[in-house]
Amino acid sequence: MSERRPVLAVIGAGPAGLAATLAAAARGVRVTLIDSGTQAGGQFYRQPAPGLGARRPQALHHQWRTWERLRTGLDTRLADGRVTHLTDHHVCWVERDSSVEGEPVRDDPAAPGFTVHALLGPEQRESVAIRAHGVLLATGAYEKVLPFPGWTLPGVVTAGGAQALLKGGLTLPGRTAVVAGTGPLLLPVATGLAAAGARVVALVESAGPRDFVRRSRSLAGAPDKLAEGAGYAARLLRHRVSVKARHTVLEAHGVERLESVTVAALGPDGRPRPGTALRLPCDTLAVGHGLLPHTDLADGLGCRLDGPAVRVDDEQRTDVPGVWAAGESTGVGGAALSLAEGHLAGRSAAARLHGTAPDPARRTRAARTRTRLRAFSEGLAGAFAPPAHWAELVTDETVVCRCEEVTAGAVREAVGSLGAGDLRTVKLLTRAGMGWCQGRMCESGVAGVAGCAATPARRLPARPVPLGMLAAPTDDPPPAR
Amino acid sequence: MVVVGAGMVGAACALYAARAGLDVILVDRGPVAGGTTGAGEGNLLVSDKEPGPELHLALLSARLWGELAQELGTAVEYEPKGGLVVASTPDGLTALARLAAGQRAAGVRTVPVDASELRSLEPHLAPGLAGGVLYPQDAQVMPTLAAAHLARASGARLETGRTVTRVLRGADGAVRGVRTDRGDLLAPAVVNAAGTWGGEVAALAGVPLPVLPRRGFVLVTEPLPRRVRHKVYAADYVADVASDSAALQTSPVVEGTAAGPVLIGASRERVGFDRSFSLPVVRALAAGATRLFPFLDDVRVMRTYLGFRPYLPDHLPALGPDPRVPGLFHACGHEGAGIGLATGSGQLIAQALTGGTPELDLTPFRPDRFAEEATA
Repeated sequence: MSERRPVLAVIGAGPAGLAATLAAAARGVRVTLIDSGTQAGGQFYRQPAPGLGARRPQALHHQWRTWERLRTGLDTRLADGRVTHLTDHHVCWVERDSSVEGEPVRDDPAAPGFTVHALLGPEQRESVAIRAHGVLLATGAYEKVLPFPGWTLPGVVTAGGAQALLKGGLTLPGRTAVVAGTGPLLLPVATGLAAAGARVVALVESAGPRDFVRRSRSLAGAPDKLAEGAGYAARLLRHRVSVKARHTVLEAHGVERLESVTVAALGPDGRPRPGTALRLPCDTLAVGHGLLPHTDLADGLGCRLDGPAVRVDDEQRTDVPGVWAAGESTGVGGAALSLAEGHLAGRSAAARLHGTAPDPARRTRAARTRTRLRAFSEGLAGAFAPPAHWAELVTDETVVCRCEEVTAGAVREAVGSLGAGDLRTVKLLTRAGMGWCQGRMCESGVAGVAGCAATPARRLPARPVPLGMLAAPTDDPPPAR
Repeated sequence: MVVVGAGMVGAACALYAARAGLDVILVDRGPVAGGTTGAGEGNLLVSDKEPGPELHLALLSARLWGELAQELGTAVEYEPKGGLVVASTPDGLTALARLAAGQRAAGVRTVPVDASELRSLEPHLAPGLAGGVLYPQDAQVMPTLAAAHLARASGARLETGRTVTRVLRGADGAVRGVRTDRGDLLAPAVVNAAGTWGGEVAALAGVPLPVLPRRGFVLVTEPLPRRVRHKVYAADYVADVASDSAALQTSPVVEGTAAGPVLIGASRERVGFDRSFSLPVVRALAAGATRLFPFLDDVRVMRTYLGFRPYLPDHLPALGPDPRVPGLFHACGHEGAGIGLATGSGQLIAQALTGGTPELDLTPFRPDRFAEEATA
């Protein structure tokens, strides 16, 4: 019986992907959940490796009960065979079967319209091809980190990296830490580090209270989120973390590794106020400037983007028939929003793959939650911002692209005397963004220093693929109907 | 004079015109190298040209690139590495040898390489190839760097981000300059170096020029120690270049770069300006490259890029004054060879602009040679 159900490939097993998987599986769809992690959960519900014997991993997570519900739901579906969970599968591209190109899925529900190509980790030397009738992208986000003098010193880590270490390995990255940048991620990182025993000297946030007051209406729409913020504030107080709002890091110092950072207050023009510089000794600096959506796979499928995010409709459908997107890839908004979007996307996919329409999304609770949380995250995104003139603080000698060791001076020369006017030309002239990370680490920084828009670059494959695999891809049989 | 198009060909026109004593304004609606130049591999090839006018232009260009390399070689990553064309079958080798003989008669240096010698030139080549020909004059530059540095060395006034909306003509029909979205740029001569968009610029002057796009993909691998020493490609590449077929054609051109990655290129498709990622094309390139160099099986592709090569129906560029519009010159439609042919094209345009006799006969490149077809 179950062999006759349509197959939905869900890419990403974080909050959005899990919610989508459960919603679709509950409505008669077979789901292949594909994820690069060794366990479900994604970045938000990142789990410690079992061998570590963590006794209270929930101490580092909030919404632990939600996670337990998702985990139990997934286990049930794995047991009844409705869901297949492929771990350690690194998707490098999704191929649209040309025979169904341009055709709405519901007109030909028998056609397995997509092939997902994934490399098997951790070696990533072998590949598999997974056929599906629909694809749901829940690929999440990656960290935005802006450069400053000294940011390449050992001891400087990304905020998300510090958090991943805490959640995944339960190790303490250092003993005396400063958390800096901008965005809601800095709060759990600071409290998480403190709870794990580090002395958190300061939380340096470039946004200030007035940035939030100005957006109080959209923020007041989500009192639970505000309460969550208040909870962090209490914990910061308890751990004696000095919160420096409207401050920024000017420079990280050290010879072999990080020894201290200089921070300064920001004036009304967004530039450091003279005479406010303060040197803080520390051995760890966790820095982050927000998150950016992962859109490579969507872009490769030809899905339309809105700025940096995948464009979706009320049902979380992209403009490519048979492709849905949910969670941070459609706009960064946090785990609760991702859960709501994933749920709606899973419902829509199940209905559409069966040739019907989902219940009007507007009436469901998930749709209301989505509306409310989107307004909230837009308010947050407007409030949390790096200093307006941060790029001025990046000295010519500062390396902005670490893979290719390109300095800010080289970027400025490309713009100044070589006639580059956009990020692509800067990249071609300097090699900034051409290295192993393909610009994910440095794109925002290079664009800021160059003074041009950070246009996401086409960069398929989504991860490096051996030529031999490209030349002779594995071909699995299409799923039976 | 005004040069429209700040790609490789426009930059070379600016450089040679400035060195001939002209004041040059280089205008482009995008940045420097924002079109086909930024999506190319930087091939400076004589090996892929059949005897004829394009080969003469390639030989002139190769000489000029060698001269420019004296001052700008490092900045533009000039590498006179030579090309190695290989044939997999005895028949293919016979055809290649015939082509090489004709090229030799036209002044190309060619060195026959028999099967046993191939691996001393390229130790990682696949076994079992029939033989090949070495072309010492083939070379490489990094095309975006080359365009940017030639433009800067020309001293031309660079007007990027400025769109030409009309070619201005006087009562007598002669060119007076160009109108842009940010004011007029007046000059008695305008050079159309707009590459793939050369037909549009010609139309702004009121004349047809049937430039069409041909899509090409290039694969870029992870950085490696130098294992591919020459530009290596299969002999069928020559046939593809001259082809009129709209269908996908791929012959692997494999080469190492100064920066480390190996470039694999030369797919050719006539699909209009379609920017979507094409898996079959990328697969065909990968298959061709791994056939030539089996070690590439385990080497990872970091990214792919695509560009649109401008071509004219007879696969020769439009080069020289346009007899239909006094003061209008064309230097566009170089297909996949624009980086290599840029120096010669720039030099010939400068010679034509200053009233001298160009050192090559421009008749085969006449911009109005398609006029009758276009109006028919």
